[in-house]
Amino acid sequence: MAVAELELPAAVDDGPTAAERFIAGILPENPTFRQLLGMCPTLAVTAAMKPALTMVAATAFVLISANVMVSLIRHLLKPHLRILVFTLTIATFVTIADRLLAAYLYPMSVALGPYVPLIIVNCIIIARCEVCGSKQGPFTAFADAAGNSLGFLIGLGSVATVREILGMGTWFGLPVLPAVVPRWVIMVMPPGAFIALALLLALVNWYQARPKRRAEV
Amino acid sequence: MELFANLLLIAVGAALINNFVLSYFVGICPFLGVSRKLDTALGMGLAVTFVITVAGFLSWTLTEFVLRPGAPLANAVWHAVGGPGDADLSVLAYIAYIFVIAASVQFVEMYVKKFFPPLYKSFGVFLPLITTNCAILFACLLIMKEVVGGNWGLAESLTLPIFGGLGFTLAIVLMAGIRVELDLADVPRPLRGAPIALLTAGILALAFLGFTGMGANLKQALTPAAADAPAAVASVEVDR
Repeated sequence: MAVAELELPAAVDDGPTAAERFIAGILPENPTFRQLLGMCPTLAVTAAMKPALTMVAATAFVLISANVMVSLIRHLLKPHLRILVFTLTIATFVTIADRLLAAYLYPMSVALGPYVPLIIVNCIIIARCEVCGSKQGPFTAFADAAGNSLGFLIGLGSVATVREILGMGTWFGLPVLPAVVPRWVIMVMPPGAFIALALLLALVNWYQARPKRRAEV
Repeated sequence: MELFANLLLIAVGAALINNFVLSYFVGICPFLGVSRKLDTALGMGLAVTFVITVAGFLSWTLTEFVLRPGAPLANAVWHAVGGPGDADLSVLAYIAYIFVIAASVQFVEMYVKKFFPPLYKSFGVFLPLITTNCAILFACLLIMKEVVGGNWGLAESLTLPIFGGLGFTLAIVLMAGIRVELDLADVPRPLRGAPIALLTAGILALAFLGFTGMGANLKQALTPAAADAPAAVASVEVDR
């Protein structure tokens, strides 16, 4: 019975196709720069590239697993309980990701500290479950989650690149700036996170306004 | 006396030195979303403080009696079914905390809706969103870490969320005060909206960075035998 329930709706899967969902998540609806979701990890773990990429990998794992899982059980969801179900699904996968990190990348797990369990309350994942996972089939949900993970990678990667290069003169721990260039220590401290993200957002806004401005002139 | 000194260190650490928003970046969503008007910001701050305190108390109770390795309730059930050694349910912690937080938010929502309808209206969607406010889960996780480590009792576990919440309130009210003035300023077009709010938060964080030295001085003043006492402030800090 469960199989019949799962296969029936694939034929009546409406809404954007898998490819459209995938593309939209990367740039047009980028979770960091366009939707301003998931600000907490974007600011907290981007002092250097390595923790930022570990964070992206853990979040991508949870996002893809939770979105596909919610998509598979979407016909059993009751409207008033759906957020609770999303959160519990996500919490389960976060526990798996957290245990995996602690087992295989222990130093990184210690360095990220409470920010790994905080993936549970990352708004990107709940938003994707709500917008796509609870409405469309597993394949579309997978593409949607993968696209948004790439978008999240772009967001965290860009902030971490700016902060690590300016703050420590390194990228992935490799030296890129000569020693004579002064280091902006503030960039690896909390205020630097806010300032770097603010200026990157302003850059994106400025870039987007450009074609419109040309048309006006 | 030592307990009092410890509590003071935790309180100052949570509210000022390691402010939840400006140093740990938890609770950024309401910090940016509900900081346009002063009274709404104050209401939001106090609602979060209340929820975080309730959730903190419940998470201490859960951790101490059920979740930590060798917790009495879990052990009783474990030994009743004949399991060997001590029970360890800490792998369930995240799911349990999210449940506790969702329940506390539900109670606060019902209470505010019943007794303060205008406040309820002005919160809008942000009240249910307290559930996904990272600050609350963050406080629960810090408490769990210290309780499992055997460092904290109930008093410490209540001080952290209360003063963490007050620190959040302080930050969001400061932010709202600045943003009210910012509405009248001529902000360059690409910076309008979120970027200027983040820049403001960056400058606020810079100001709060000035509290950093306070922790060590306070600790020295309060605990003459600081060398052998467990470092309370250091345990609140998280290596990044």
